[in-house]
Amino acid sequence: MIDVFTAVAVWAGAFFFLAGTVGLLRFPDPPSRLHALTKADNLGLGLVVVGLLPHAGALGAAKLVAVWLLAQLAATTVTQLLGRATRPRAERLP
Amino acid sequence: MNADLIFDPLLAALVLFAAISAVAARRTFAGVVGFVSYGLALSLVWVRLAAVDVALTEAAIGALTGALLLAAAARLRASEGLSESERAGRALRAVAALLCAAVSAALAAAGLSLPESAPSLAPAAAASLPQTGVGNPVTAALMAWRAIDTLLEKIVVLMALLAVWSLARDGAWGGRPGDAPSARRDDALVFLARMLPPLGIVVGVYLVWNSADEPGGAFQGGALLAAMWLLARMAGLVDAPRIGARGLRLLLVSGPLAFLAVGLAGFAWAGGFLAYPEGWEKPLILLVEAPMLLMIAAVLALLIDGPPTRTDDR
Repeated sequence: MIDVFTAVAVWAGAFFFLAGTVGLLRFPDPPSRLHALTKADNLGLGLVVVGLLPHAGALGAAKLVAVWLLAQLAATTVTQLLGRATRPRAERLP
Repeated sequence: MNADLIFDPLLAALVLFAAISAVAARRTFAGVVGFVSYGLALSLVWVRLAAVDVALTEAAIGALTGALLLAAAARLRASEGLSESERAGRALRAVAALLCAAVSAALAAAGLSLPESAPSLAPAAAASLPQTGVGNPVTAALMAWRAIDTLLEKIVVLMALLAVWSLARDGAWGGRPGDAPSARRDDALVFLARMLPPLGIVVGVYLVWNSADEPGGAFQGGALLAAMWLLARMAGLVDAPRIGARGLRLLLVSGPLAFLAVGLAGFAWAGGFLAYPEGWEKPLILLVEAPMLLMIAAVLALLIDGPPTRTDDR
């Protein structure tokens, strides 16, 4: 049962990574590409972590969650920075 | 299905692809991106080979060189179009490619022709590991058996920093490197620069403390501390120190100095340079590693910031 849960969650995570990558390659402009990328970061990595949690033990589970949270923090910041940097100059706030 | 059979070939293909894209890229920026991905994939290879110490070092060095190369690519961007006409001709590039392929083939042949059981000091190292008081053979090699190499390495990185500093204009000597912190801070970056360093500093110190028995060490920990400082520096929360400041100079020489002091004291208490007295190996190694950690962090951070550009009186 736990193995089924892990397989479903990790495959779902892999699907979001795939979708995010396809979006990154196919979407027309920077904001929508960032939008695709964040789905891979948040949901993809999150689902993989959730899937692995039952197998990891208490300390391993804490480490996995910490990895996910750190990736969230870094990805959020980078998305903000990239979004601001790629915005046309006229749209930027003073 | 065995994960080794799927994952390892994929990883090898990824390394090759990243390497080729770094070499074949026409724009400097794309080449740097390829090189950074190559370093990342390579550190995964080291993890798969169970050489976690090397993987950590590869990741740290990859991040450092990546940052330096990105800055260089940004500087070269303006003149990149002009240098396009100076591209080497087809014949010359073909000769260079042939030469590189020949060197690679020779290296591969040499690697494949090694005897099945290569001569190794590993059993001897494992046998005398308890004498050093540390449990991680890599740390034992770096800090006990080959301590002289580690000492000289520290002096080399210090020389590299001096070389960078010596590119300063005369008027800026002794001043602060890089650009002054901008008055317009980026809120997102400031948030990250306030959230991450407490965690990063703990992990950096942990990597050194833990290196006695687990993978890690002063270089890996120092790289992490340097990254935390650079994050705060980029966010504009801190300014680079004056390179003439006495405290900074003391910090920079403290690493080799502590090493030399312990090494010279070895004559008195253990009968040789860099020899540790019986039973004191581990505390002495930690005593040397602590200033080394700070010194490496300072050197790496200052290498990225570059030569001094401004003095306080302007």
